[in-house]
Amino acid sequence: MLSRVADSLYWMSRYLERAEHTTRMLDVNLNLMLDESSTSSERRWQRVLQALGKPKRVKWDDNPYELTRTLTFDTGVKASVLSCIIAARENSRHVREQISTEQWHRLNSLYLEVTRPELQTSMQMQAQFESDETPAAFLQQVMEAVHQFQGVTDSTMSHGEGWQFIQVGRSLERASATAMLLEAYQEDLWAEPGGVDGNEYLEWMGLLRSATAFEAYCKVYTADLTPERILEFLLLDPEFPHSLRFSIDAMQQALSAIDRSGGGGSRTEPLSRLAGRVYASLAYTSVDEILDQGVVPYLRRIQTQCSEIHNTIYQLYIDYSIQSALTGSSN
Amino acid sequence: MDNFSPEIPASQFDPSALRNYQLDEAFDEMFAGASAFRPHYQPLLDHFAGLPPQEIQRRKQAADLSFLNQGITFTVYGREEGTERIFPYDLLPRIITRDGWSTVERGLTQRITALNLFLKDIYTDGRILADGIVPRELVYSCPQFRRHMIGLQVPRNVYIAICGTDLIRLENGDFVVLEDNLRVPSGVSYMLTNRRVMKRIFPQLFRHYNVRPIEQYTQMLLGTLRSLSPEGRPEPNIVLLSPGVFNSAYFEHAYLARQMGIELVEGRDLMVHDNVCYMRNTSGLSRVDVIYRRVDDDFIDPLSFRPDSCLGVAGLFNCYRAGNVTLANAFGTGVADDKALYAFVPDIIRYYLSEEPILKNVETYLCMRDKEREYVLANLDKLVVKAVGESGGYGMLIGPQSTAKERELFADKIKANPRNYIAQPTISFSRAPCLIGDTLEPRHVDLRPYVLYGDKVTIVPGGLTRVALKQGSLVVNSSQGGGSKDTWVLSE
Repeated sequence: MLSRVADSLYWMSRYLERAEHTTRMLDVNLNLMLDESSTSSERRWQRVLQALGKPKRVKWDDNPYELTRTLTFDTGVKASVLSCIIAARENSRHVREQISTEQWHRLNSLYLEVTRPELQTSMQMQAQFESDETPAAFLQQVMEAVHQFQGVTDSTMSHGEGWQFIQVGRSLERASATAMLLEAYQEDLWAEPGGVDGNEYLEWMGLLRSATAFEAYCKVYTADLTPERILEFLLLDPEFPHSLRFSIDAMQQALSAIDRSGGGGSRTEPLSRLAGRVYASLAYTSVDEILDQGVVPYLRRIQTQCSEIHNTIYQLYIDYSIQSALTGSSN
Repeated sequence: MDNFSPEIPASQFDPSALRNYQLDEAFDEMFAGASAFRPHYQPLLDHFAGLPPQEIQRRKQAADLSFLNQGITFTVYGREEGTERIFPYDLLPRIITRDGWSTVERGLTQRITALNLFLKDIYTDGRILADGIVPRELVYSCPQFRRHMIGLQVPRNVYIAICGTDLIRLENGDFVVLEDNLRVPSGVSYMLTNRRVMKRIFPQLFRHYNVRPIEQYTQMLLGTLRSLSPEGRPEPNIVLLSPGVFNSAYFEHAYLARQMGIELVEGRDLMVHDNVCYMRNTSGLSRVDVIYRRVDDDFIDPLSFRPDSCLGVAGLFNCYRAGNVTLANAFGTGVADDKALYAFVPDIIRYYLSEEPILKNVETYLCMRDKEREYVLANLDKLVVKAVGESGGYGMLIGPQSTAKERELFADKIKANPRNYIAQPTISFSRAPCLIGDTLEPRHVDLRPYVLYGDKVTIVPGGLTRVALKQGSLVVNSSQGGGSKDTWVLSE
C-alpha cells in the first residue's frame, strides 16, 4: 500500500473520531448545565476545553452557546467539529478509490449536511439570544453519522491493510482523548472524598457520559458511582470500547496485522515494543496501584506513549528515510 | 444558406419529434438529403418511435443518475474549490458504418506511424530538417521541443504510445484530422462509461446493431505499457501518475488505474535514487518500471523542467535517460501536435512512408508566413484562428461569430507573435441527431478515437464523440458546454 494512502486513511479516521468526541463533550455539558449545580459555569467549560486539549484560539467568554458555536462551526479553529469533518472528507477524497462507495457517500453527505449555510445562522441566533433550545438535535445527528460511517466501514471495506490503518487511527485518537478527559476531571473526581451529594453524582455521570460509558458502567457496577470504580472502568475495563485498555488493545492488534501484511521483520520491532509496553501498563495493573503512583503522572505517561507510537508509525510506514529503506530493499 | 426541414420518410415514427430538425449544408449523420434516412439510422429511429415520450425521458433520467452515482464528473477551473460537474450525455448513439471506420483505422495507423518516425528523426539525425521538408525554425521554436531528448534511445522507438486524434467530417462526409493530441490525451473513460450506460439503457437496440466492442481498451492499454518496459524487467511494475485530486481529469485517472489494476500515484509517492525510480509503500520502497503519466512535461520533473512544479518527481528525467524507467508518452512529443506543425503532417507522411495520407488535414494558414498572414488578417471574419500552444477550446477566435473588437484584438496578437497563430476556414463539421427536450435536433459532433502504439498499433473501434450541445455552436470541449454520446461502429 502506498504510504500516502495509509496516511490519508489514518487521518480520515482520527479526524472523524475527534469530531465525534468533541460533539459528545458539547452535548453532555450543554445538557448538564441545565441542572442546578455548585460547579460554576466557568469551571465546567474550562474543564471541557482542557479535556479537548486546550484548542488554540478558543477562549471561555462566559457564554456556553457561543463557545459551543465556536467549537462546532468555526473553521478558523482547527479543533472545531466542522474543521474535523472537512479534514476527514478531504483525506477521504484523496483516497476515494481505496474506500468503498458507501463509505464515501456516508462521509460526503455528513459534510454536505454540516456545511449547509442555514445551519450556522440558526446556531448564531441561539448563541446571541442564549436560547433555551440547545443544538442537541444537530449534535446527535453528527454522532449518529460518525457511528454509521464506522458501521459502513466495517461491513463494506475489505479488512486489509487500509482498514487496519483506519483502526489504528481511531483507537489511538480515542485512547489519547480518554486519557485527556480523565486528567481534566481528576481534581473534581476526588474533590469531596466520602459522601456523595447529588451534585457530585451529576458530575460523575457527566464524565461517564462523555465517554458513552454510563450504561456500560451500570451493567458492571450498578448505578453505585464511586471515583475508584469510574477510574477503574474507564482505564482498565477489557470489554468496553471507550476504555483505555480496550483502545490500546485494538490499536495493538491492528498494528500487528499491518506488520504481518508487510512481512514483519526486525524493522517494526520498536513499534511493537512501544505498543506492548503501554498495553502491559494497562492490562497487568490494578486501580489501587495506579492510585498509589498518582493518577495524573500515569495518565500523562500514557499520553506521551501514544504520541511516541504516532511518531514511530510515521517513521516506519509513512515518512521513513530513503537511506534506511534502500538498505532494506532487495528489489 | 437555406435551411430546410426534411420530409419524413414513411414509418410509424412520430413526425412531430423531428419538427425542429433543420438541415443545412453541414453533413448530416442521419439524413442523406431532405427525404431519406441513411439506412444504418433506420432501426434506431424505429426503436425510438416505439417508445412513448415518457419512457424516453425515464431512460434519460436513468442514464443521468447512473453517471452521477458513478461519480463521473470533471472539474471546471476558475471556480471556487474546483466545482465538480457531470459531463453532459446524449442518449442517441452516433453510428459509424464498417467502411467508414476502416478508412479511419487505416488513416490513423498511418498517421501515428509517421509521427513516431518524425519524432525519432528530429531528436536524432534530423534528416527531414536537413531535407527542408519541415522548416528547422518551426521545430526549434516550439516550446514543446525538448532538447533534453536529443540523441536519446527510446524503448522500441515509441515516442507516442497513446494518442487521441480529433476527427471531423466535412460537408462531403469525409473524415479529416482537426488536431492530434500527442501529450496526455483524455476522455477515454467517458468513451468506456458511455458504452456501459448505453448497454444498460438500450440492451435490445444494442444487440440488434452488432456493435463492435470497446471494453478491451484497458487491457490493450496495459499490454501497450507492458510492451514498453525497460530491458531486463519482464514483470514490470506499472503505475499511473496523476497530478492529483484537483486535476480536471482525476476521475479518469482513478478509473483507468482501477480498471487496469495498477497503482494510482502522485508525484510525492515517487522518488528517484541513483537513477532508479521507486514508490513509497508502507512496507518500504518498490521499484517502478513503467509510468503512464498524465502530468505534462513541464511539471513532471522540477530538476529538468519547471523548477516551481510540486506535481513532479525530482530526477525522473535522468532516470528515464538512464533507461531505468519508461514514460508513456515520452518527453517532447508535444512538438508534433503543435498546431503550426500540423500543417506539415501530410508531407511528413509522404516523406517517411512514401504514401499519400489516407486522412486529410483541414486547410491551414500559417501566420509565420508573410503571404498567409496577410490573407488571414484580411479575412479574420471568415476564419477560425487558433493559438498553437492552447487546447481545450481556449485562445481561439471564431471569425463568423466574433465582434469587430475581438477581431481587432486578435489581429494585434497575430502581428505581435505570428509563430503563435494559425488559421483555418470555418468548417461546418457534421451533425448528428440529439435528444433535446422531447424532440430530435441536429448538433455538431467530432470524433476522438484513441490510438495505442506499443509492439503494434491498436485502435478500439469508435472513440469519444463530443457534441456541441448549444444550438449552432462549433465548440465541443467539455469546458465550453460540450457533451458526449456513445459511438457505435458496426461490424457489418
